[in-house]
Amino acid sequence: MLLEIKDIHVHYGKIAALKGITATVDQGEIVTLIGANGAGKTTTLKTISGLRPLSSGSIVFEGNDISKMPGHKRVVAGIGQSPEGRGCFPGMTVEENLLMGAYTRKGDVSKELNEAYELFPRLAERKTQAAGTMSGGEQQMLAIGRALMSKPKVLLLDEPSMGLAPMLVQQIFTIIQEINRRGTTVLLVEQNAQQALQIAHRAYVLETGRVVKSAQASELLDDPEVRAAYLGGELGGDGADGVSGTRAESASDTASDTASDGPSGDTPGDAPDGPSVRKSDG
Amino acid sequence: MNLTKTSKGNGGRGLSMDPLRDWWATAPGGARWAVYGLLVVGALLLPSESIGAFMAGGGGDWATMLSDQIGIYILLGLGLNIVVGMAGLLDLGYVAFYAVGGYTIGIFATKFGWHFWETLILAIVFSALAGILLGAPTLRLRGDYLAIVTLGFGEIVKKTVNNTQYVNGPRGIQGIPHPPSLSEFEIFGVQPLKYGLLDSRPYYYLLLFLIILTIIFTKRMERSRVGRAWASIREDEDAAELMGVPTFRFKLAAFALGAAIGGSGGVVFAAKQTSINPENFTFLVSALILAAVVLGGSGNIPGVVLGAFIIAWLPERFRELADYRMLIFGLALMVMMIFRPEGLWPSRQRKAELAEGTGGMGSMGAEVAGPGTAGPGTAGHSAEVGK
Repeated sequence: MLLEIKDIHVHYGKIAALKGITATVDQGEIVTLIGANGAGKTTTLKTISGLRPLSSGSIVFEGNDISKMPGHKRVVAGIGQSPEGRGCFPGMTVEENLLMGAYTRKGDVSKELNEAYELFPRLAERKTQAAGTMSGGEQQMLAIGRALMSKPKVLLLDEPSMGLAPMLVQQIFTIIQEINRRGTTVLLVEQNAQQALQIAHRAYVLETGRVVKSAQASELLDDPEVRAAYLGGELGGDGADGVSGTRAESASDTASDTASDGPSGDTPGDAPDGPSVRKSDG
Repeated sequence: MNLTKTSKGNGGRGLSMDPLRDWWATAPGGARWAVYGLLVVGALLLPSESIGAFMAGGGGDWATMLSDQIGIYILLGLGLNIVVGMAGLLDLGYVAFYAVGGYTIGIFATKFGWHFWETLILAIVFSALAGILLGAPTLRLRGDYLAIVTLGFGEIVKKTVNNTQYVNGPRGIQGIPHPPSLSEFEIFGVQPLKYGLLDSRPYYYLLLFLIILTIIFTKRMERSRVGRAWASIREDEDAAELMGVPTFRFKLAAFALGAAIGGSGGVVFAAKQTSINPENFTFLVSALILAAVVLGGSGNIPGVVLGAFIIAWLPERFRELADYRMLIFGLALMVMMIFRPEGLWPSRQRKAELAEGTGGMGSMGAEVAGPGTAGPGTAGHSAEVGK
């Protein structure tokens, strides 16, 4: 077991945000946490990466309890995160941002830098551009690329699809799959449950700070309750069993289609909600 | 959000330093050193009568203006720039460290007979410690909250000395000795290393020496791992922690270094004046130094020097306007902030940060969360619940 979260409780002041979440992430998996606003998805990620303190419970990474370890040491231990609202350094160039990602690493990082540019060709075109002047999609790519620079064992992604155009969402998710294929374990938090469940192996459904369901992602795609709550419900009286299989297939087809399209659907105006807007939700 | 982006982006277009900066970025080493050399020579010649005739206007003594106001403000501005400009921590109580420096020499020189150079080193150590003392509990706060706490700290230091009999309370400390003269040698009618009562110029040269040291030190810091860590904290503290930057430690370091520079300014000030009292260390000083940093272009050393020069010089130059000068001065600052919010001479990076909207003053939110700060406590997080 690479990462184990055991019954964690987290409070903001006196208000409980997480009321006992237990989850595990295995080596090589893509695991997703889905749920509505306020379910505690982002808080869970922040707690894993050390930005939020635990009230009780524990986090075990590679067999070691890291509950009390400060955030910057968890990066060295192998936890990389692309934060909510992207969190690029706006005044730094793309390359400087990526190099910040390798802050804890000594020695040559050109291999990882090239890998990031290869995964995200768009970033290579914009090496010297200030990150704050890029579009939402580009910033998302940068945030993921930057998190990869520390060569994490597990990559935590916080709503990578937030505020992006549908084309771009597809593209980002395809890249996440590619990252996973290259050997990085991924823990993905998403509101876009449909997309997340299609690429994930396993999923946890969160509701108001609790895990209400955990199963194989494909099972959750078929689950009537999950479909009703997160996947747009039942349309036209379709039986859950009949449609879901084909739906999953066709969706993964589109994912691979857009992969070959390259970064074309990217427009500078596609990020209506920057960090400041984001703060007010929840 | 898009609106602010464009309006702020346009704001700085009027007088752009970009061509100059581009030239500088590609200038050969020789040209750079020539510019540095010219700047130092210019600074050395600054107290001369011919420049002073215009700069000091009627009445004032230019050399005294340089040492008592401009030099001190530039040094303090550079110190505060490390905290505000580089690490992005809003500190409204910077005068506290200036006071720690002043009172260190006041106490150790008059009561224990230490001489200037010893107290200078001691004051640097003490004010750095004061910086850590202030920073350790308060750097868990961010943005506005940190500003309020530091504001309180500045007042606490002032009130404490005001009510301490050992340092004569509101009457302050008198009879602080001038620095011992290092040499009697004379050049162009100045004895630059002989510190006396009448000539202000040696003090100016002493400050200039400290300023140049600070600039070299800051420049080297800026390009190091430390500087990159500060920049990342300034731009997004949570993201910095996620990159593996020990944010708390680096913020503390910024506080300590900024404080040490402020303390050294206090020592020179006290040795020049020979007497200090709590009224020398009011909130207004903190505010003016912060104004100097922001006006000049926080984070950019030449900008900060320019800003501090203007803040210190303008009110002195226009003394004949009597009480109106502070009014005009305030108006000028407001006009500046409307038309050029990034400062007169900002760094390119800061400009990009401002355009993005955060202003690089750190993100809002009372508490810097982390594994060390567990436990239910302060209210005010309700807005964050469920993120």
